[in-house]
Amino acid sequence: MTDATMSSITAPPPSTVNRRSPLGSVLIHAALIAASFAMLYPLLWMVSASVRPEDEIFSSTTLWPSSVDFASYVRGWFGLDVSFGRFTWNSVVIAVLTVVGNVIACSLAAYAFARLRFAGRNFWFAMMLGTMMIPYHVTLIPQYVLFLDLGWVNTILPLVVPKFLASDAFFIFLMVQFFRGIPRELDEAAMMDGCGPWRIYWKIMLPLSLPVLATAAIFSFIWTWDDFFGPLIYLNDMNTYTIQLGLRTFVDSSSTSDWGGLFAMSTLSLVPVFFFFLFFQRLLIEGIATTGMKR
Amino acid sequence: MAAVQDSAIAVGRGAKARPAAQGRFAALWTNHGAGYMFLLPWLVGFFGLTLGPAVASLYLSFTSFDLIRSPEWVGTANYVRIATADPKFAASLKVTFLYVALSVPFKLAFALFVAILLDRGVKGLTAYRAIFYLPSLLGGSVAIAVLWRQLFAGDGLINSLLAQFGIEGPSWISHPDYSIWTLVVLSVWQFGSPMIIFLAGLRQIPTDMYEAASLDGASKFRQFYKITLPLLTPVIFFNAVVQTIEAFKAFTPAFIISGGTGGPINSTLFYTLYLYQEAFGNFRMGYASALAWILVLIIGLFTAFSFLTSRYWVHYDD
Repeated sequence: MTDATMSSITAPPPSTVNRRSPLGSVLIHAALIAASFAMLYPLLWMVSASVRPEDEIFSSTTLWPSSVDFASYVRGWFGLDVSFGRFTWNSVVIAVLTVVGNVIACSLAAYAFARLRFAGRNFWFAMMLGTMMIPYHVTLIPQYVLFLDLGWVNTILPLVVPKFLASDAFFIFLMVQFFRGIPRELDEAAMMDGCGPWRIYWKIMLPLSLPVLATAAIFSFIWTWDDFFGPLIYLNDMNTYTIQLGLRTFVDSSSTSDWGGLFAMSTLSLVPVFFFFLFFQRLLIEGIATTGMKR
Repeated sequence: MAAVQDSAIAVGRGAKARPAAQGRFAALWTNHGAGYMFLLPWLVGFFGLTLGPAVASLYLSFTSFDLIRSPEWVGTANYVRIATADPKFAASLKVTFLYVALSVPFKLAFALFVAILLDRGVKGLTAYRAIFYLPSLLGGSVAIAVLWRQLFAGDGLINSLLAQFGIEGPSWISHPDYSIWTLVVLSVWQFGSPMIIFLAGLRQIPTDMYEAASLDGASKFRQFYKITLPLLTPVIFFNAVVQTIEAFKAFTPAFIISGGTGGPINSTLFYTLYLYQEAFGNFRMGYASALAWILVLIIGLFTAFSFLTSRYWVHYDD
């Protein structure tokens, strides 16, 4: 994936190819609209179920509720011993700290790889790429033992501290690719003026890298917000639960009794991600197109 | 990934422009120091959270360890038991392979099909692309797994829809023959990100190739078969490898839909779910470490195999 990909993904499609009859394009639009509807139907149904009267949830396959009622949200919010306010707060704290950690630590490492010359750099760069390939399952158990010995289980530390040690190598890679595209003349001019590497990093690289920093920040936030496995292992006390763990507890404790409340809280848990989708879609799509991210 | 290798080589020029007054020795020394200062957080993480734990996990895989007593060396006993006397391991491997073999081809075929449809100068491309991408973005969350659990339940939405056509559907999630399919459908539903990568790849194909082919009288189908598909093989290869590795590592949907059990009758017992149960349900940390290394081995072998066979079907510019 090259830089050319990044500019071409947002460019208008080539108009010279495949000019087709009006009927053909009506058919294609009909197929695409039908597919879009089928894709979104379960999501829309869930949102609509969250504002329906309880007795209507299972009887109706339509998307339009007969009356709008937010009782499910109130019931769901207080549906467990600890409220979803607490879970949401915990999720926000972990996600925000993760974003800060990833942006700082990964950009530091990326700057070293992209711009500084030091013994063993290529070796460490290869190691860094290697860590991207290894499934986290091989480090999982010793890491757990380590954090258990440190007394960190049931705190947010095992989820947050590794991010300040640049444990998400993927973001280092993303930033290295971007830093390489910044003209080296800028660094060299600054060096001539007596700037050291720290000032170049802080005054030149970071301000010029806002798009990639934003992409890394947004993906960090979304992945952390959605993360289930990490909190499942490290957070056992309900007061420390994230919103994802709260939902899991909810579905296990009340799977047949309160679907309304469950859907209300599920819908709520999707709001932050949906917000990023609405306002930063271009960054997200370019990020995927240029790096081949999995999600 | 070729670009990655290039970058490692290409980054080495920065130090030349140091102020001459400081001299060559000083310049190099400063840069060594600065390089390692910038790299310090990552280095601590690399040794403390990746390399150290990986070595420890390899050691633990030859022990019996329950978190309370210290690890006890058992030689290859864990691996022998996995290979010969663990029906749950065999079941989880079967489920995982089945999931990979079903979800990846369907997902990629769908992604490619829609990408080709969108690439043909359709108006409203960005809107369609956004809509198709949305499930990919939301799909990893517990909320979507919860929704899926309802959709495919006995009294769920899918059966309500089928009932309107007079079809009485089973409880999909609690039937051992169908439960894996609900997870496959969930995976295919998230075809958005490979679709975006396919779209980017399609844009790289020069339009004059199609024009030349049209002039020579090649049909649309022949153009697809002779131009689009061969030129897209590197992207197909990339997507296939990434999606397969992700499918091997899938966890959350199976955990939520089966309530953490992998049931009914182990039919959704993903490998990672079994590993989780052994480690954090039964606290067999040594055994789970052995399971983890076998997963690495499987993924490694698969990746090596893909790269070895790729030369026979992936088209690179020469």
